[in-house]
Amino acid sequence: MVHNTKKILIPLHGNDVAPRFDLATEVMITVRDKNIAHGEEKIVVLSQASAEKLCHLILTEEIDVVICSGVEEEYYQYLTWKKVQVIDSVIGSWESVLKHFYEGTLRAGDILFDKEG
Amino acid sequence: MDTSQQSRINPLFNFPIDLRSLIDEIPLGIIVLNMDRRIMLLNRAFESLTGFSQEEATGVPCYHILRSKMCIKGCPALNMQQESKPVCMESDLINRDRNLIPVRINLALLKDPDRKVVGFLETVEDMRPIIKLDSQKSHAYSFAHLIGRSPQMEKIFQILPVFAQSDSSILITGETGTGKDLAAEAIHQASNRAKGPFVKVNCGALPETLLESELFGHRKGAFTGAVENKPGRFRLAHNGTLYLTEIGDLPLSLQVKLLTFLDDQMVYPLGGTKGFQANVRIIAATHRNLEQMVQTERFREDLLFRLNVVRIHLPPLRERQGDTRLLLDHFLNSLTSRFRKKIKGFSNKALEILRGYQYPGNVRELRNISEYAVNVCQEEKIQPHHLPAYLVEMKPMIKEQVSPLIQAGLDEYTLPGTEQTWGAMERKLILDALLKTGGRRSKTADLLGWGRSTLWRKMKQYEIDQ
Repeated sequence: MVHNTKKILIPLHGNDVAPRFDLATEVMITVRDKNIAHGEEKIVVLSQASAEKLCHLILTEEIDVVICSGVEEEYYQYLTWKKVQVIDSVIGSWESVLKHFYEGTLRAGDILFDKEG
Repeated sequence: MDTSQQSRINPLFNFPIDLRSLIDEIPLGIIVLNMDRRIMLLNRAFESLTGFSQEEATGVPCYHILRSKMCIKGCPALNMQQESKPVCMESDLINRDRNLIPVRINLALLKDPDRKVVGFLETVEDMRPIIKLDSQKSHAYSFAHLIGRSPQMEKIFQILPVFAQSDSSILITGETGTGKDLAAEAIHQASNRAKGPFVKVNCGALPETLLESELFGHRKGAFTGAVENKPGRFRLAHNGTLYLTEIGDLPLSLQVKLLTFLDDQMVYPLGGTKGFQANVRIIAATHRNLEQMVQTERFREDLLFRLNVVRIHLPPLRERQGDTRLLLDHFLNSLTSRFRKKIKGFSNKALEILRGYQYPGNVRELRNISEYAVNVCQEEKIQPHHLPAYLVEMKPMIKEQVSPLIQAGLDEYTLPGTEQTWGAMERKLILDALLKTGGRRSKTADLLGWGRSTLWRKMKQYEIDQ
């Protein structure tokens, strides 16, 4: 279970986690304080898809956790070095991904998808 | 979904075979999608490329697994109709190891026996080996049109792109025919100024007064005959590169003007009061020894220091081990296809002669010899009698590797311990040639291998015509 205040960012593709970090044009930012959701998910539309600009946004917004799918090693290492926790290769809708994260069961590489569609 | 039951092929053999094991042997990533673009089947090559297994990927929309740029920017499957042809696109993907991999994706429709579209077949080819091969091809043995695999040339190929990226002035030195012009153009093409103009000026080709107007331009009425404004080569090369070849032949008065330009980047046309700020990169080249010219006060020392920011020396062919054969084969290939000849190569004897020759004219001479031989040869292999006569009849080169005419001059006039300059030698050479041709200048120029204007200029320089 997550016990302290965390600011979470998820790059989006529709309702799902964006398949590519560098190609996401919108992100969802939310705050979870001592396991209580504030219920305020903020969607930020980016002016253009860019891994560099997204990294900049993550740092200026003081994000603690990034949940994403495909991300290049270079940006993964950069964010980790900047003390941002990155949970990558996650597939699923942002709601289900967040739910698993709050429950403390989300792991990198998780596929949380309704496979029957 | 029970894939083991579905992935069977019946009609090939008398018994059903497993489709998965069949496609696993194909070294190309393959995925089969249903109409909703969800993955139904994939092979081992796809697994190793993306890092997703069949169990993980089955039923997941393909863009979550393939993660290619093509999926995000506009999946071609969305626009495919029943009669659509397969689509081939180059893209990239990020696999589970967080590697960005360039790929070539081929997407085709899958149809049932009634020609109804039931899904898609996608092949994903890893382009890394091909890109690596291309880069090896373009870096190991060549840079633009320069070719070579000798250690000296490899060093140059490695350093040229680095020099190209800087905006410093470059001085290229090397004997005639070593590829100074090609190197200059290659540097321009690899630089940030590649989209700008590449203007070449031969400093030795024009008389001083004309050269000044040619380089810096003139205003209308600046001198008799200046009926309109002329921009000059510096202005034409704005935002690009100005290549000054034979910089050693630049008259002293213009050397001062060039020096001024290198200091403040301003161009003042003849007869003009206003200057023009030109953003030009200078590449200069010469076959002359500028340091020696500085000593004899024929070249300004301060100009040499300004041009000599980055220096590239192109080695003569005789010092490039192994390059003669490479270049012979290269020119033979290109010339045989150009002249539509069916020549397969050089005979051993011809090769022996060609390898033994010292090529005072360097690559240009080697190219001319190849062209001559390809033109003359009517057989499958180039024989010694297809080579220019002077090659077959030549004596082994002695002392300095100089042209036959100069060598003859040296043989005739031994200069024991004298300090005779190149100018004096050249003057003697011209006089000898004039004697041999009975004073006919065009024949003299031919004999010396110069243009008539060069001969005229040099005769004037050495005051022969007075």
